[in-house]
Amino acid sequence: MNVNIPDDLKYTSSHEWVRADNGDVVTVGITDFAQLEMTELVFVELPEPGRQFQAGAEVAVVESVKSASDIYCPVSGTIVEVNSSLADNPATVNESPFDRGWLFRIKLSDPAELNSLLDAAGYKATIDG
Amino acid sequence: MTERIDSIGRSDAFPAQGMLLQPQSDLTESDLSAVGSPASEPTFIHRHPGIFPGKHSRYRLLITRDSASMEPQIQRTPLHQQHVELGAKMVPFAGWEMPVQYSGIIPEHNAVRQNVGVFDISHMGQFLVQGLADGGGQPACEWLNQLLTNDVSVLQPGQGQYTMLLNETAGIIDDLIVYRRKGDEYFLVVNAAKTAEDFDWMNARIGDHSLSFTNHSADYAAMAVQGPHSEAVFQKLFAGAIELPKRFCMTEIATEPGTVIVCRTGYTGEDGFELFCPVVSGESWWQKCLSAGATPAGLGARDTLRLEKCYPLNGNDLSPEHTPLEAGLGFAVDLKKSDFIGRDRLVKQRADGVTQKLVAIRQVEKSPPTRHGYKVFADNTELGELTSGGMSPTLGCGIGMAYLPVQYAAPGTSLEVEIRGKRYAAEVVRKPFVPAPLNSM
Repeated sequence: MNVNIPDDLKYTSSHEWVRADNGDVVTVGITDFAQLEMTELVFVELPEPGRQFQAGAEVAVVESVKSASDIYCPVSGTIVEVNSSLADNPATVNESPFDRGWLFRIKLSDPAELNSLLDAAGYKATIDG
Repeated sequence: MTERIDSIGRSDAFPAQGMLLQPQSDLTESDLSAVGSPASEPTFIHRHPGIFPGKHSRYRLLITRDSASMEPQIQRTPLHQQHVELGAKMVPFAGWEMPVQYSGIIPEHNAVRQNVGVFDISHMGQFLVQGLADGGGQPACEWLNQLLTNDVSVLQPGQGQYTMLLNETAGIIDDLIVYRRKGDEYFLVVNAAKTAEDFDWMNARIGDHSLSFTNHSADYAAMAVQGPHSEAVFQKLFAGAIELPKRFCMTEIATEPGTVIVCRTGYTGEDGFELFCPVVSGESWWQKCLSAGATPAGLGARDTLRLEKCYPLNGNDLSPEHTPLEAGLGFAVDLKKSDFIGRDRLVKQRADGVTQKLVAIRQVEKSPPTRHGYKVFADNTELGELTSGGMSPTLGCGIGMAYLPVQYAAPGTSLEVEIRGKRYAAEVVRKPFVPAPLNSM
C-alpha cells in the first residue's frame, strides 16, 4: 500500500501520529494508513478541552459508515485544543490526515514519553509487517 | 486506533457454518479470534443463539488484514481471487471471507443507487426441490406450502416469491426466495449462515412426500447486479439475445460449461438481477459484469442499501424471537393457506394484534451514527435496542430499526438513541427511509 509517513512526526503502533514542534504542547492525529483503512469518516468525537488523559487511554472516536475506531492518547497530558472544524467536515481527516485533519493538541505531563514513540521508519515497519 | 466494524450483513453471528446446529459446541475464544477477534466474552453465541448483540459485533480489523492468517474453517467464494486483485478489504462474514468494500462504502453505495454495481453473493445457499409424482399431483408444491409462509401454489413457471421458514411458534428461522422452475420443481435461495440449518430443518420434515430435496450451494458462483442501469449490463452479458426476466421472475440460460440462472431480484431496492452460474465460470461472469460497467460493491454498501429500504437482515432484524407480523412482513404470509408451520400463532397474533413492531428510526440531531445494539429510549424508559443501524449515505444521517412496543411505533414518535452514554434525539419514521424514485418500476 502506498501510504504517506512524514519523517518529522512520531507514531504509535495503533496509528496515531504526534507532532512535537511547540514546546510541551503536541498535536495528535491519525495516520494516512489509518484513514485509508477506515475510508470516508462521517463522525469525529473529540475530548473536552481541560480533560486529562493517560498515555494509552481512549481519547476520541472516529467513525466511518460501518465502523467506529477508538483513538488512543499517545502521550499523557491535558487537552488544550480540539479541531472543531471536524464536527462539520469529518472527511477532512481523509483529505489531509497530517495537516488540516489533526484531532487535538495536548499539553504533555511527561515530555519523556515522546522518546518511547516510534519514528517514521519504526512505524513503517509495523504496517509493512 | 482500534477499528470496530459494525455488523455488516446477513447473519454475522456464526463464524462457521454448523454453529447453529451445535449451540453447545466447544467454540472457544481462540476460534473466535481466528475470525477477527471480537472484543467480547467468548460465550455470547451460547447465550444468544439467534441474535447478534451489537456491542459484540465489532471486529478489530486492522490486525486481521492478512487474510492468509484466517483459519481454514473460513470459506472462500469462487470469486475470492477477483476481490484480492481489486484490492478489496476482506472480512469474515457468516463463515465466509467476503469483501466488505473496494473503493469505499459511500462511493459503492452511490454507484448502485445512481448507476450499477455488482456484489459477490456466492456465499448464499441454493436448494432444489423436485416432485417425483408420476401420475400427477404436486408433492413438492404441497410440501413447500407446509414449510413456508407464502402460497407457493400461486407461482407460475418462472415466477418467484419472498417467503419465510418459521418454527412451530412462528419465530423466523430464515427469509428466502422460492422460484418455480417448471412443473413441480422449485429453486430456493437462502441466507449463507442459515444454509445448513435450513436444509436440515426442511430435510427432517419431508415425511412421505414423494420428492427430491438437494443442496446445491457449492455448485454455484453467484453475483447480484444492482442499480438503475442493470438492464444495460444484462444486455451486454448476453449480447441482447435474451430478455431480462420480469421482476421476481427467473430464466435459465444454456451456456458452456452449464446452465446459468438469472433472477430479477435483489437486496438493494434498485432494479437488478442475480446470476447463478457454475463455479468454474464464476470469475469469467464477474469480469464480464465489470467490463459491462458495473462497479464492484461489498457487504458494507449492501448493508447500507438494504437498510435504507428497510429490508430486514436475518440474524439482526429477524430471529426466532420474532414473528413475521412483528417484523412487518405480513405481505409474505398467506394465512388463507390451510396449514403451515407457525400458522396457529400467526392467526392468533393477527386476531389479538401484535405487541411489538419493527420500526424505522431516524436521528434528528447531529450525532454519531447509529449502530446495531444501541439502546432506544422514550420518556426516559428503555424500550429496546437497534437490531440494525448505520449511517445512511443517501440521507446523511443515522438510521436504524428496532422492535418497539406498538404504542411507540407510530411515525413521528419522539425517541432517543443512547450512544456511548449520551442520548441523542431520534424519531420513528415511515418505512422505507429512502422511497423509490418516481420514475422507477
